Amino acid sequence: MTATEKYRNNFLQEVIANVEEGEWVRMCMQCGVCSGSCPLGPHWEHPPQEIFMMIRANKRQEVLSSSSMWYCTSCYNCIARCPRGLPITHIMHGLAHYGRKLGVAPKELPTIKFSMLFWENLVQKGRVNELKLGLRLYFMNGFMNGIKTALKMQKIGLGMFLTKRMTPMEMLGGHGCKDAKGLQAILKKAQQIEDAKTVKQG
Amino acid sequence: MTTEIVATNQTILVVGGGISGMTAAIEAAECGKQVILLEKNPSIGGRVAQLYKYFPKLCFPTCGMEINTRRIKMNRNVRVVTMAEVTKVTGKKGDYSVEINISPRYVNENCTACGDCSNAVSGEFANEHNYGLNKRKGAYLPFAMAYPQRYVLDPAMIGTDDAAKAKEACKYNAIDLEMQAQTLQLKVGAIIWATGWQPYDANKIRPYAYDRNPNVITSVELERMMDPFGPTGGKILRPSDGKEAKDIAFIQCAGSRDHNYLKHCSRICCMASLKQTTYLRERYGNEGKATVYYIDIRAIDRFEDFYLKVRKDDNINFIKSKVANITLDKETGNPVLNGVNTEGYHRYSNPHELVVLAVGMQPSVDFANLSIDISVNEHGFIEADEESGMFAAGCAADALDVNRAVQSATASTLRAIQVINQLSAAEA
Ligand SMILES: Cc1cc2nc3c(=O)[nH]c(=O)nc-3n(C[C@H](O)[C@H](O)[C@H](O)COP(=O)(O)OP(=O)(O)OC[C@H]3O[C@@H](n4cnc5c(N)ncnc54)[C@H](O)[C@@H]3O)c2cc1C
Repeated sequence: MTATEKYRNNFLQEVIANVEEGEWVRMCMQCGVCSGSCPLGPHWEHPPQEIFMMIRANKRQEVLSSSSMWYCTSCYNCIARCPRGLPITHIMHGLAHYGRKLGVAPKELPTIKFSMLFWENLVQKGRVNELKLGLRLYFMNGFMNGIKTALKMQKIGLGMFLTKRMTPMEMLGGHGCKDAKGLQAILKKAQQIEDAKTVKQG
Repeated sequence: MTTEIVATNQTILVVGGGISGMTAAIEAAECGKQVILLEKNPSIGGRVAQLYKYFPKLCFPTCGMEINTRRIKMNRNVRVVTMAEVTKVTGKKGDYSVEINISPRYVNENCTACGDCSNAVSGEFANEHNYGLNKRKGAYLPFAMAYPQRYVLDPAMIGTDDAAKAKEACKYNAIDLEMQAQTLQLKVGAIIWATGWQPYDANKIRPYAYDRNPNVITSVELERMMDPFGPTGGKILRPSDGKEAKDIAFIQCAGSRDHNYLKHCSRICCMASLKQTTYLRERYGNEGKATVYYIDIRAIDRFEDFYLKVRKDDNINFIKSKVANITLDKETGNPVLNGVNTEGYHRYSNPHELVVLAVGMQPSVDFANLSIDISVNEHGFIEADEESGMFAAGCAADALDVNRAVQSATASTLRAIQVINQLSAAEA
């Protein structure tokens, strides 16, 4: 029996070991204030409170492949209200991240697509290139959709240009941090450390 | 007129005249010890005097209070001093010096509680006994069962025409408008702190809209509404429109078990709300409907029987959920409770005619910020200290129901008596 198999029988232990702030899942008292306070609450497949209970009930596949965590907009209402001070927002992101790393997160969610576009955009220069990110986002769902969105957003784009909030010059390379190569090296190293951790514990 | 109080290091000082302080004072006095009972209000009785009925037996607290008051009245070893607060304590076990402040009552012991002064005055003030739900006159008896049975003048009245009218109306020369505040120094051997609790400030729980929605009230206010001599004559009336509320929601842990408010479990609120659901059947028979929103019901030991009995009533619903927030239905004035039910994870938005917040208990005195050497735990309740001759009784020690508060008071009395006895043994 490999280490991972052992943990599959105990998803809570796996979450505690591998998910950011995962040890807090034990502290949930199932009061439901997080779920009731979430502005996106009605759209969740499983509200946070239920996710915590599912973890404790060993529902590994259902949790990690759930779209729920990907609905979190980081408004922090749940953290502010939780009577026990659970860092719920962070746990949601931690679970989402872990599910994706294991390759079981749902593929077609717009929030996942956006997160990936954002990340790819950011690591290139160490600064977000809003023009490029915006355009990639417009065309995320195909060429025709992209054109439609671009036309719809025309006015806002022009306004941002006129108030110097965005410049077309960003299309050519764009601004960045001082040492983008160095940043990429740091991120690569961090990724290696992260991967090693999961293999060892997971 | 000045108050004379005789005290020595053989005396036990009890601070706070609620059920715990009364019990401590009686127990010590009936063992032959000299006791001084200090109360900051114009009457002893504490919060129990503000309850309609007691769980678990559902009898009236006035009955037990009357017995206790009588025992105090009959016992020459107890000296009751009202409108008095401790400002300083120095010394050690067996030898304390205590400074107390007595506020003027403006009424002396000639008072027969006839009420002529009250009839003569017109100025009105928020009624503390009813948590401000109605007003009382500037010359008043705190409540019908008050002890001492003596009127009080509100300090805001002094210097007004009303004060003169009150004095004039009194046939017994009981009103003394020149009465001044006094500071006294006492020597005592042991001190029992029985200063009790206060309801947690519901306004701090912002999502529950206590300040914005008049039909959201607190558990202590509901107790006052039930009193036939209370602010609503015993009817449960909605503050917004004065209509009788028959569909009432109870929100548990309102301020308790929450690191944003009070971290501790206030322990009595589950039983208090279960008791209050029975008030509905008492008032409305089959027409009353109660819904209890809870995290878990903490009715321990023999209280579980009470809980199971309430559970059997079809008109009382239980929803396992801490309500997330309360909104308002403008048309009806009904508060709407929003949240997710843990049993099935279903989202709800339930309107009710009235919402009762089962507010938590917090210590009434902030001991940590007093210049008194007494240790408190992280929740502000007094902690036992082997070296000290100061002891806590009742809700000054923890969030307790009356039964447990009285047990705690008896235990502390025994410790205080030990201090005094050791002292007399050493001196003999
Ligand atoms: C809604 C509600 C319903 C309840 N119903 C029940 C019930 O049905 N049955 C039951 O068993 N329990 C019930 N309880 C609990 C009950 O109220 C307490 O157990 C009881 O009041 C404890 O008595 P105490 O003497 O310790 O404190 P208190 O009643 O608070 O008395 C303390 C006294 O000390 C005085 N004091 C405070 N500070 C000072 C100071 N600095 N100097 C001098 N004096 C001071 C106060 O004025 C007061 O008179 C209920 C509580 C709530 C909130």
